[in-house]
Amino acid sequence: MRPRFVIGKVLGALSTLVFVVVVNFFLFRIVNDDPVESMFRGRNLSADQKDRLRQQFNLDGSKLQQFGAYSRELVSGNLGISLQSRRPVTTEIGEALWPTIALVGTATTLSMVVGVLVGIRAGWRRRSAFDVSSTTLSMFTYSVPDFWLAMLSLGLFSVQLRIFPTGGLEDAGTTASGLALLADRLHHMALPCLVLAIAYVGEYAIVMRSSMLDTVREDYLQLARAKGLRDVQVRRRHAVPNAVLPVVSLSALNFGFVLSGSIAVESIFSWPGLGQATLEAIRGPDFPMLQGLFLLFSAAVIAANLIVDLLYGYLDPRVGGR
Amino acid sequence: MTAVTRSDVLRRFRRDRLALVGLIVLLGFAAMALLAPWLVDDSALSAVASLDNPTWAKPSGEFLLGTDHLGRSVAAQFIAGSRVSLFVGLMATIFTIAIGSAVGIVAGFAGKWLDATLMRFTDWFLVIPFLPLAIVLAAVLGRGIWNVIFVISITSWPSTARLVRAQVLTVRERLYVDRARALGATQLHVIRRHVLPNVAPLILASATLAVPISILTETTLSFLGLGDPTQASWGKTLEEAFQAGAISRSAWWYYLPAGVGIVTVVLAFTLFGRALEEILDPRLRDR
Repeated sequence: MRPRFVIGKVLGALSTLVFVVVVNFFLFRIVNDDPVESMFRGRNLSADQKDRLRQQFNLDGSKLQQFGAYSRELVSGNLGISLQSRRPVTTEIGEALWPTIALVGTATTLSMVVGVLVGIRAGWRRRSAFDVSSTTLSMFTYSVPDFWLAMLSLGLFSVQLRIFPTGGLEDAGTTASGLALLADRLHHMALPCLVLAIAYVGEYAIVMRSSMLDTVREDYLQLARAKGLRDVQVRRRHAVPNAVLPVVSLSALNFGFVLSGSIAVESIFSWPGLGQATLEAIRGPDFPMLQGLFLLFSAAVIAANLIVDLLYGYLDPRVGGR
Repeated sequence: MTAVTRSDVLRRFRRDRLALVGLIVLLGFAAMALLAPWLVDDSALSAVASLDNPTWAKPSGEFLLGTDHLGRSVAAQFIAGSRVSLFVGLMATIFTIAIGSAVGIVAGFAGKWLDATLMRFTDWFLVIPFLPLAIVLAAVLGRGIWNVIFVISITSWPSTARLVRAQVLTVRERLYVDRARALGATQLHVIRRHVLPNVAPLILASATLAVPISILTETTLSFLGLGDPTQASWGKTLEEAFQAGAISRSAWWYYLPAGVGIVTVVLAFTLFGRALEEILDPRLRDR
């Protein structure tokens, strides 16, 4: 890849990150000049308490000084104190991080693999029974709100059929350890993970399919057939590697969607991750926690975008250069 | 795109069965939403007026879709909820398209540094995950129907801006625009007479596809407790059903209808929008 390409992408990602930090800082100061007033809307606080809170949140001094103080705290890894638990936001987020990584990571991978496989088959034989049914199904899953799908499957599989637990990370008061504990946790994760994967598989299938449709017409496929390659070989060796490129760029976008989708889905399955933490912070409202979560979600998606951009440049020399 | 005439559009549209079904479904829901004040009495939505009703009642002759944990009719909530969901969906789309088109046209037309600045800004918004941003915004602004509309439009305009800008860039280079300029047309004249008519079909198609996204976002925000607390909406019904424990009670009649409503409307808009997009953009036709 050309160094210019890499530097450009890295700078772009950094500028987005700075923008997020600025938004994060000023958002809580747009509505009300005094964040303490808006944060504690409807609560009775004495003037003395307010003063102490202002100091605690670095609210003395001009806006620019405040922003400086905020950025310094941020760089040193301090995201403030949660209003609900009175513990540092970083600790709260750190505890909720792994369940979400496990859930969102598995769901993203699952939806990508299944969606790409379905899209390849559908796009290769256009208007076949498989194509028509899978495209219709994709459109349908695209229209279903993820949290409603979560409610339905919880009602059906956990309450009615009792195949899956109704929520949580593991059985309450479990003494299992090692492999048994892992199996228990996987059993708890299966349903929310399937819901997220189903809710976002359609997008991959649709994009992969239309990318295959574009590729099918290319001359190099004719050439590959003329060489005498069998249909399967033409597809696997020549069509798919080219058609999969748009899916690469979609994956960063979709990662953001799955991450967002996990907010409601985690809450429904009481999966103790970032999503459930977000809902609890909304209920508060716990603004320092919301700020921290927004920053983390944004940073994750910005990083995913950067990785995907660089990967795309590497895979497609027309974009990234040699 | 300019070669598509009006009768051509109508003819193609009539041939597309799915789009036609989508349109009919939408008209049905629109009628329901518009007639909601006459179909549903306000008292049917109030917990106080429903005190005498049985709670958690299964669907019956008296309550077609049963009652909720407060004894309110679920059917009444469904009808009233369609109003808010469709209203928010449409209004948010109008604002989304307005902001996106304005940014796209200005960027595409002005070029140079203004274009670069606006597109940088658009890219920032494109990358930031939009539900967390919407959540933070809604949490700061407080709960209310106009806040929800504002939050949705301020987070979803960037893709429209990109689309419109790309189209403006191609229209700008056409010969007739040069000709108009040579004849002394002002920028405003060129935009109004030449750019807008050429970009409008694209804006229309993108608007039709933006409505279902807006409706889904409204539903999600309401479900997360960030919607208007005073108005029944499908998302709010689902939130209340979940909070009241409808799932563990197997009260499917409480949380099924609102979801079916959302899926039907979103699917109908998507089918209709895709058909419109295909008709207006012939390159997509043989997909």
